[in-house]
Amino acid sequence: MELPTKTFRVTRADLIRYAGASGDFNPIHWSDRIATSVGLPGVIAHGMFTMALVGRAVAEWAGAADAVVDYGVRFTRPVVVPDDEQGTEIEVTAAVREVTDAGLTRIDITATCGGEKVLSQARATIRTPG
Amino acid sequence: MSLDPSFVGRTYPPTAPYQVGREKIREFATAIGATEPAHHDPTAARALGHPDVVAPPTFPIVVTMAASRQIVEDPELGVDYSRVVHGDQRFAYTRPVVAGDELVCVNTIEEVRTRGGHGFLTIRTEVTTPDGESVVTVWSKIVVRGEG
Repeated sequence: MELPTKTFRVTRADLIRYAGASGDFNPIHWSDRIATSVGLPGVIAHGMFTMALVGRAVAEWAGAADAVVDYGVRFTRPVVVPDDEQGTEIEVTAAVREVTDAGLTRIDITATCGGEKVLSQARATIRTPG
Repeated sequence: MSLDPSFVGRTYPPTAPYQVGREKIREFATAIGATEPAHHDPTAARALGHPDVVAPPTFPIVVTMAASRQIVEDPELGVDYSRVVHGDQRFAYTRPVVAGDELVCVNTIEEVRTRGGHGFLTIRTEVTTPDGESVVTVWSKIVVRGEG
């Protein structure tokens, strides 16, 4: 079963806010000068910010803020966030892999930005809704 | 970047307790756009059976990233932090983190590998209350990029 697609817009302001809230002030997430000096195309989103947005999608599919019991991802490609009003967009889809007798649902997640996968092996286990 | 494989299995001393504040959970939830009332309103959280507002699933990274400094800054291991990128991340919850929790982290190095000139380090963090009640187990794999 496929779950409804969710999209998240990401701007520079979001990265600054996330840096403050999470305590991750790595300058590759706010300085083009430093990001390009280490070989990146420009400022990139925190991997953990992308994981947090995908976590929101998972919680929404689960229908409860406290339903996620296991959640893991591999970061495969940076999410480049341009310094403009539009920023970029992350699209999240998922498919149900298994519904267990123990009341758990396992889902496989796909997250893309500009048509490229930014996560792999993205999986979550949630309490089965309902 | 070559990392010493003899560090596998090493466990570090427990960190000082991290006090999870209601406003910190609200701030984190707001920063990721999580508007569900249980993250913001104690009454909504209590209706779900929790004592106070519930943290979003990735919130424990705030606590574990700070705790992992004892490994990435361990001079014996010698990680060059400017070359570190995040590889994998996983959270396995016993229960959600809620405001009012005090969280202690115990870090163990689970895997050390060198492949293709890059170093790979997997840290498992057991996050518990000061009494030892399990809250969440967190795995973080970091990649230390090789020169050139």
